[in-house]
Amino acid sequence: MDDAKTVDLQAIVRDSNVTEVLDQLDRELVGLAPVKRRIREIAAYLAVTRARKSLGLEAAPPSLHMCFTGNPGTGKTTVALRMAEILHRLGYVRKGHVVSVTRDDLVGQYIGHTAPKTKEVLKKAMGGVLFIDEAYYLYRPENERDYGQESIEILLQVMENNRDDLVVILAGYKDRMNTFFSSNPGMSSRIAHHIDFPDYSQPELLSIAGRMVDAMNYRFDAEAEAAMGRYIGRRLTQPNFANARSVRNALDRARLRQANRLFAGIGQGQPHVTADALSTLSASDILASRVFDTPDSADPT
Amino acid sequence: MMTNYNRRVTQGQFSFLPDLTDTQITAQLEYALGKGWAIGIEYTDDPHPRNTYWEMFGNPMFDLRDAAGILMEINNCRKTFPSHYIRVTAFDATRGVESPTMSYIVNRPKNEPGFGLVRQEVDSRAIRYTIHSYATDKSEGERY
Repeated sequence: MDDAKTVDLQAIVRDSNVTEVLDQLDRELVGLAPVKRRIREIAAYLAVTRARKSLGLEAAPPSLHMCFTGNPGTGKTTVALRMAEILHRLGYVRKGHVVSVTRDDLVGQYIGHTAPKTKEVLKKAMGGVLFIDEAYYLYRPENERDYGQESIEILLQVMENNRDDLVVILAGYKDRMNTFFSSNPGMSSRIAHHIDFPDYSQPELLSIAGRMVDAMNYRFDAEAEAAMGRYIGRRLTQPNFANARSVRNALDRARLRQANRLFAGIGQGQPHVTADALSTLSASDILASRVFDTPDSADPT
Repeated sequence: MMTNYNRRVTQGQFSFLPDLTDTQITAQLEYALGKGWAIGIEYTDDPHPRNTYWEMFGNPMFDLRDAAGILMEINNCRKTFPSHYIRVTAFDATRGVESPTMSYIVNRPKNEPGFGLVRQEVDSRAIRYTIHSYATDKSEGERY
């Protein structure tokens, strides 16, 4: 092996257009600094592995199976889609599609049903990424005859043998995933990358809300934006808060109220609406939320 | 179709060529997937040319994106039936077409005895001809 031989690492990165995806990830996703850093590391590692390969420094193909942990609505699925894109551009998966499944898609209902079902899903995911949401449901310790274990065994086998055919990403809440891994050590040891998704802060959520509104071709008027900020502040402290997903739902309800407000306007002698009115969410649309029903000492209103 | 050229059954595509390698099979599968055809794996131990319907190995595979999964299934089938004929068929489900578009053998027995010509004397000493696979003289499962 000639140690002085060089390879154009920049060309590999440029040809794969991977920086484009990474920049897009930076631009389009708010917050998530540790996740983005980790994904950059993985992308760099993959590019270097390819450079090594082109110089004949053979190594076993890198294990790319990952585990995304975090609370609901922190962007695990979105990042998985981007991850598939990155892996595809760097040539680690051939097709780059994502097959998103849950327990129901993998585990059968009677003896002999699980294996074909799991295999079918695995076949569909070949050449891409298999995203298993709420993966901890696969293992149900309370029922020793549960078929989930069978599904896990098939998954493990394929994760090991078909490493260059598909990448498996498991996702779920952190503590439950930890329990899952401690009872399935084989699974834990086959997953190289554990990425934890932090919760969003209030300003981050507001910025996400702004982007969602843009994407829906609506806009906030001045007071509405402040109202949204207050809404998020209150919603954060409530149970079942699901980060970006809660924000999306709140916006959907605000659109509903806006539509209702315009509708009511017809009866009050305003039959014509402007495009501006059709696309503006006002503070009243947001303040009508149930979140504001209870008086909150932390809120200055 | 009915000859036993080189002691090889020649049915379907590519059957006059040497056996396809896994890489070549993958390329053919990718072609079929690219056209949006569903792929099925079938096996039999009765190679008579009029035996059109072979047993299916598993379900036909719809909605696949990559050939690796199909190749995995082909290898499973080879493991289960190492000395049967195994063929891959591609099916075009487009309305108005709904028929197989590709069919080729991916596994064959080591020794293929071929076919014999059978003459049957019927009324007025007329002769009826048919072909008969030597393999089917044995019972199912013991043929190859």
